[in-house]
Amino acid sequence: MSMNNHGRPTGTGTSGFASTSGSALLPNEPLLFEIGDTEHSGVDLPDVTIATDRLGGFERRMPLDLAGLTEPEAMRHYVRLSRLNHSIDSGMYPLGSCTMKHNPRLNEKMARLPGFADIHPLQPVYTVQGALELMNQLSHWLMTLTNTAAVALTPKAGAHGELLGMMAIKAAQDAAGQGHRKVVLVPESAHGTNPATAAFLGYSVKAIPARDDGTVDVQAVKDALSADVAAIMLTNPNTCGLFEPQVIEIAEAIHDAGAFFYCDGANFNAIMGVVRPGDLGIDAMHINLHKTFSTPHGGGGPGAGPVVLSKALAPFAPVPFVRKDGSGLELVEHAEGDALGRITAFQGQMGMYVRALTYMLSHGGDGLAQAAQDAVLNANYIKARLAHAFSVPFGDYPTMHEALFDDSFLAGTGVTTLDFAKALIDEGFHPMTMYFPLVVHGAMLIEPTESESKQTLDRFCDVMEELAADAKAGNAARFTAAPLKAPRRRLDETRAARSPILKWERAEETLKAAE
Amino acid sequence: MTTRFTPDHEYIRVEGSTGIVGITNYAQEALGDIVFVELPSVGKALKKGDEAAVVESVKAASEIYAPVSGTVTEVNEELSGNPGLINADPEAGGWIYKIAIADAGELDGLLDDAAYADLTK
Repeated sequence: MSMNNHGRPTGTGTSGFASTSGSALLPNEPLLFEIGDTEHSGVDLPDVTIATDRLGGFERRMPLDLAGLTEPEAMRHYVRLSRLNHSIDSGMYPLGSCTMKHNPRLNEKMARLPGFADIHPLQPVYTVQGALELMNQLSHWLMTLTNTAAVALTPKAGAHGELLGMMAIKAAQDAAGQGHRKVVLVPESAHGTNPATAAFLGYSVKAIPARDDGTVDVQAVKDALSADVAAIMLTNPNTCGLFEPQVIEIAEAIHDAGAFFYCDGANFNAIMGVVRPGDLGIDAMHINLHKTFSTPHGGGGPGAGPVVLSKALAPFAPVPFVRKDGSGLELVEHAEGDALGRITAFQGQMGMYVRALTYMLSHGGDGLAQAAQDAVLNANYIKARLAHAFSVPFGDYPTMHEALFDDSFLAGTGVTTLDFAKALIDEGFHPMTMYFPLVVHGAMLIEPTESESKQTLDRFCDVMEELAADAKAGNAARFTAAPLKAPRRRLDETRAARSPILKWERAEETLKAAE
Repeated sequence: MTTRFTPDHEYIRVEGSTGIVGITNYAQEALGDIVFVELPSVGKALKKGDEAAVVESVKAASEIYAPVSGTVTEVNEELSGNPGLINADPEAGGWIYKIAIADAGELDGLLDDAAYADLTK
């Protein structure tokens, strides 16, 4: 039997990865196209024995422009790439606002069960009753944890959830003859996606200033309310890591003005199982399953941003959703009444649903509350340990799940927040979130989550203290040159933004172009 | 020729009935390396305080507001290819747009050199 009917001989081996790399452990990894070539195939395929095809002249005539690699070659490429990166599985990842918690391996075991992993979204529903039951249970948990009337599971991530929540608000107001409401209030400390979502839906955004203590100025909210205001988009706990103490007063003022309360649920990890956002008067809130309920996110892993809706917004929930009928569970796929249609193809991120429900069931209600409390405890521990060496913008106010510092402790050292973060890479930690929230100068936002042990927190704090002392001692070079131990040194962000190279070209094409 | 400033760090250099608008040296230092400028379209009518342009640096994207009402008469096309001009020469070569001033009285509400220097002290 001859191989490779497409005219590509099986490769004789790639041109020798070892000779192009630096060392086995820190490879200067080439691209797939530089490892393999398009003339060879890494896989033996039998000849096609069909005499005539049925493509009616549409068969491909050009060779496939793909690098031919064997499975081990492809596998090694990606494993080597993964070793160039920092991940939650390799070290602490205190990236504020991102809730980089450990993804329990039980999640992965459950997500790989064939009844969840190997099903097709177009299978007849009687063959996927288990998957529908899982979606139903997940919906029940999300509504219970938030005390809300409905949930839309399908949004693919937080910003998508925001969009859906605001679409539901818009639909409700249009249905009530309130379509003239064109203003959305957004606090200054909000995630950038909040004003972007409002603007995307045609609203104009009115910024609400923060008070000196980092919380929303309630009087400013009241002063901004009018018959034109459609909603407020508020994050609670807010991006400064603070619980908004007057959130109920804000909700009441919003509702009295005929507007809705969208809550950005990005920071739900601080309060899950402890506070039910529905009790605070929220009308819509997205929940980042990929943050609050573990799952492997970061580095492009999938997200899922279900949105819970109050009784007032429930009739506008999009399809599809799961409903119990007499004989089992059905998937409602066609919008009825005022409901929104689809906002995604198919049923959303099934794998995330499985992992999130696994996390919920393995913790239980009390365990979720403890996870939230531990996350808050860890953040407060970091804040308490580092307050003497760093500068705390909002004084003794208790923090929630994040410790926030500003850069005034670096004044006169020649070291910026960016430099400080880069130096942290050399010490084996992922940097904290930098320069966010915008209301704090040179912000360093640290979110340890509940995953880290006291030993890890202490090691992190030791390193942070040592770095702060070194910066103050005048050793700026260590910071401005950092990272020194990472696979790549300091990148030229300006050049990358001003002259980005967005397309890879083959060397020979580059050569030809130059001729 | 006078130059006036907004508390949001735009300047407007007045030449007859035209104003040349950009961001101050203080602003470019705070923003860091500028990597992209979204220019307004010529002929666009702006009210004082309207968003006129967007300046993106490695740190943040910032809206540039109209210091006075008027109509955009010219934009600095050179910034499209060379946004770093704003860093190198913010108050001359790094100007962003020119505006036909609708109401010269609005200039009185802006800051003069001394008041702006005070603000950024």
